[in-house]
Amino acid sequence: MSDKQPHIISPANSDGSRPLTVLGIETSCDETAVAVVTADKRILAHKILSQVDTHAEFGGVVPEIAARQHISSLDHLIAATLKEAELTMADIDAVAATTGPGLVGGLMVGVMTAKALATASGKPFIAVNHLEGHALTARLTDDIAFPFLLLLTSGGHCQLLEVSGVGNYKRLGTTIDDAAGEAFDKTAKLLGLGYPGGPAVEREAAKGNPDRFKLPHPLKGKPGCDFSFSGLKTAVRRLAETCVSERGALYEDDRADLCAAFQQAVVRSLTDRVQRAVTDFRSRHGAKSYPLVIAGGVAANKAIRAALVKLATEEDMIFYAAPMELCTDNGAMIAWAGLERLLVTPTLNDMDVSARPRWPLDENASSRIGAGKKGAKA
Amino acid sequence: MAHDEIVACENLTERDMTAIAAQLAQYVRAGDMVLLSGDLGMGKSTFARALIRALLDDPGADVPSPTFTIVQSYPLEDGTEIWHTDLYRLSGPEDVYDLGFDDVLDDTLFLVEWPDRLPEDMQDTALQIRFSAPTPDDRTVSFCGNADWQERLRGASLS
Repeated sequence: MSDKQPHIISPANSDGSRPLTVLGIETSCDETAVAVVTADKRILAHKILSQVDTHAEFGGVVPEIAARQHISSLDHLIAATLKEAELTMADIDAVAATTGPGLVGGLMVGVMTAKALATASGKPFIAVNHLEGHALTARLTDDIAFPFLLLLTSGGHCQLLEVSGVGNYKRLGTTIDDAAGEAFDKTAKLLGLGYPGGPAVEREAAKGNPDRFKLPHPLKGKPGCDFSFSGLKTAVRRLAETCVSERGALYEDDRADLCAAFQQAVVRSLTDRVQRAVTDFRSRHGAKSYPLVIAGGVAANKAIRAALVKLATEEDMIFYAAPMELCTDNGAMIAWAGLERLLVTPTLNDMDVSARPRWPLDENASSRIGAGKKGAKA
Repeated sequence: MAHDEIVACENLTERDMTAIAAQLAQYVRAGDMVLLSGDLGMGKSTFARALIRALLDDPGADVPSPTFTIVQSYPLEDGTEIWHTDLYRLSGPEDVYDLGFDDVLDDTLFLVEWPDRLPEDMQDTALQIRFSAPTPDDRTVSFCGNADWQERLRGASLS
């Protein structure tokens, strides 16, 4: 039942002269990213334009709708990426783009550009689910065989996935409200810290006492592997207001202690849920050591990472974290996911697939709300 | 624009808010604009989640935060949709047009968080729901709207 699939990547393109090579485009949210990846796991070029730097001065408010930014920069970014890879479109075997989930404007820009490029160069277009990109990244950077357990936690997502093969994903849990990264951002905002909130809260937390304030442990001990972080943010706000009314202001030590308590609560919630997911995963795959992969921007938090390393050791799982530059949104993960899909189905061409703002990775588990139905503007 | 207070509900717990949202679900429909305003952690998303679940008639439906994606859409059985949106990350009204709000106004029930970025004409006929916390532990929710909303919500027991 839990037979590991041999991890064989076909090394060559159709005429056998060089490794299969895929161009990947990611435009599902704030980043415009393009990369070229080969079947022998080399990232030939990898470029990201992020709007985060511009956002910092606005305290996290995006000054531009991502779509406009993507339109103005994507063509140029593709040309620059190909140049850095020292390739032309003739050397590319397929064009992959994030097709969902995400913000519809950005998705449409990426998908249309990819389709135009594919059509003009006579190559197939591959529609990639953004979450699948994150899910398969560990196989690009490390030799990880199926099945494995993935914790994907970022500003927009917080999911536990059982990854059993290309296209074979089972969602074990998801956030029922805010994503973990979003909770960090909102907590930072509430406490008047900078943007992005993750590093700001982590810096403050390092100076604070995590036990001065008592925060709820969302869903702790509850069955299933879902997450909930919205209540934490509300509790932080309430405690901060109490501090202000008692001491006249929110002092530096209050802020540090609140951040420390918040971070500790997130760590406890994540480890509690991952532990349950390991048990669930093992009920299908047996007691062997399997990879526990962590992906997404929240993996940058040292306390979270340390807690998960410890948990993996205790649970006899093998801990992997994608390199930081591939944890946030990027084109390499999209190119790689496209490449893996192409290897499974060599005749693959998704030219008839449109942008899908709502696209759960595991459609069966998420069929409760209109799964399979295209987003309003798609 | 005359937006008179229709009703204000005070001393609310989360359970009370959920019950009020379920009540409101019987009075809103596609074509309506419902604005949810108030600071972070005041209960806007909790209220929106309860309202959406009541409209979908599915108490366990996934209703993730729309902050990151800006829009989360929910198809209803009659072919219309709910758009749960968070305009926090937008810079102003022109972004709202870019997102295509004006193309789907008639067929969509809009639940809008951080509505100050919304074009004024879209706010004029909206039902405004304001969330506040007089003390850290309880919530006040007040409903404001034009004469049409006053009339429509006449029979609703929102408090």
